[in-house]
Amino acid sequence: MDGLELEAEEVAMLAGDAGEAKRFAFMLLTRFATAVGASRFVGIEAAHIDGCLYLGEVSLDFVEHLARAGGRVAVPTTLNVGSVDLIHPELFRGEIELASKSARLMRLHEELGCVPTFTCAPYQTIFRPREGAQIAWGESNAIVFANSVIGARTNRYGDFIDLCCAIAGRAPYFGLHVPGNRRASMLVEIASLPPEWNEAGLAHVAVGHAIGRMCGDAIPAIVGLPQGNEDDLKALGAVAASSGSVGMFHVVGVTPEAATMEDAFQGHEPERVIRLDADDLRQIVRKLSTVADGTKLTAICLGTPHFSFQEFEALMPLLGDGGFAVDFYINTGRHVLNQLETCGWKERLEAAGITLVIDTCTYVTAVVRDLSGAVMTNSGKWAYYAPGNIGVQVAFGSLADCVASARAGRVVRL
Amino acid sequence: MSLEAEISAAALTLVPGAASGETLCLDEPLSFWGGLDSASGLIIDRWHPQHGQSMSGKVLLMASGRGSSSGSAVLAEAIRLGTGPVAIVLLKRDPIVIVGAAIAAELYSISCPVILAGDSDWKQLRGAARLEVEADQRLAKIRVAKSKNRDIGNA
Repeated sequence: MDGLELEAEEVAMLAGDAGEAKRFAFMLLTRFATAVGASRFVGIEAAHIDGCLYLGEVSLDFVEHLARAGGRVAVPTTLNVGSVDLIHPELFRGEIELASKSARLMRLHEELGCVPTFTCAPYQTIFRPREGAQIAWGESNAIVFANSVIGARTNRYGDFIDLCCAIAGRAPYFGLHVPGNRRASMLVEIASLPPEWNEAGLAHVAVGHAIGRMCGDAIPAIVGLPQGNEDDLKALGAVAASSGSVGMFHVVGVTPEAATMEDAFQGHEPERVIRLDADDLRQIVRKLSTVADGTKLTAICLGTPHFSFQEFEALMPLLGDGGFAVDFYINTGRHVLNQLETCGWKERLEAAGITLVIDTCTYVTAVVRDLSGAVMTNSGKWAYYAPGNIGVQVAFGSLADCVASARAGRVVRL
Repeated sequence: MSLEAEISAAALTLVPGAASGETLCLDEPLSFWGGLDSASGLIIDRWHPQHGQSMSGKVLLMASGRGSSSGSAVLAEAIRLGTGPVAIVLLKRDPIVIVGAAIAAELYSISCPVILAGDSDWKQLRGAARLEVEADQRLAKIRVAKSKNRDIGNA
């Protein structure tokens, strides 16, 4: 291979000495590595596979080929969402054939030794990587979280390549695997915040959306962000990786590789400075809604990325006895579902009229019962994708706004 | 003046194979995800200049790639179904395209060679009506059948 230095073990893999599955996976990796200009590979500690959404026969054929060839993942490997909720299959409202193929795709990944997490928030499970770990992750929000909030190192992997890395236990050493490429090039200054915003999450979503639009795939360092929690940073990264190709961001004084400005920029000067003030942020949040306040709703969708236990903790005091006028969906993972069952919240949530959606997400598959009206969400990512993916009108608001709107049956702001 | 005289251009192999066909030259990068209908081979991105055109059986010229990594699966699916291009000529290496074509070659033994052309040949290749691609493991050759149309192919 041109310009690729292979270790003895890698040469053997390519020759088929480690079996057909590894040969196949590593051959594809060498082609990919050549395309991205990597000159060698790096061993990885973990992988996260975004391969469970059915995109055609080739999705199944690829995984079946690996399984038939005796493929096993070489490192702990988690799985992203699939097209169906295997725990609540009755929630699926699409074509039966698609459901069965999707379920088969999910199970085939398990046969390869992947852990059936089926979550887009693997970083909030016991498989959270350590700081500095070299990993190969798929799913844009997980990638940006791992790099930015944890300080693990992955590029934006996807289709087939994430699984090839898991099988081979290696990733091409380029991009964000390399410490020097992780420095910020843009400075994003939050000059002022809308005083009426009562949840820090709103500012995080607004800033995330802005950096996606303005930074493309460059790495921004943010200053002036209001204090939030891990879930706020998760929301920021998720929307930034939707409106742009952001793979990493720094929040100066908050994220692990940005204790200071000097650290974030690794001693360099910012190539560009972007200033955002309260008006800019208000305008971004306004544009995330495609309908006006007061519009009649048919559903609420939370949990994109998957709701964490901490997010349920924030929701519970607002829950009361429900009294919702519209369908209310929350996407979450099996790991959180177990916690909800243990502490008795699952029953309370369901009694209040909430539908828990596991293993999948309401914007990638046919789960939402009534798409005839607008849907409200507190997720910038859901608001960004759902109109195109499932053809709905959308209202974006804070968690408290979503709960109040669910009771009113129309978009209200507190 | 021979109208059928052939010119050869050297290129780099990204995915090996051999093919020939009419050309389809994309004026802008295309994301296969959301941009190509693998069932029909048609370009369905309504903002793309070649919206509505088919890439089935064509030698596809695209300067660079764009968009979601899910494009690899869409391209591989099109190649599997026989609705995709027969060869792809790039001016800039694109991992999404390379992975899609390499997967189809491995899984279905359907080769859709992907090659990297040089800057100096690009204009001439763009103007060609038909191209023949021969991509060995490392190096590739592109033959341009000089077009009957005199105002192109004279870069």
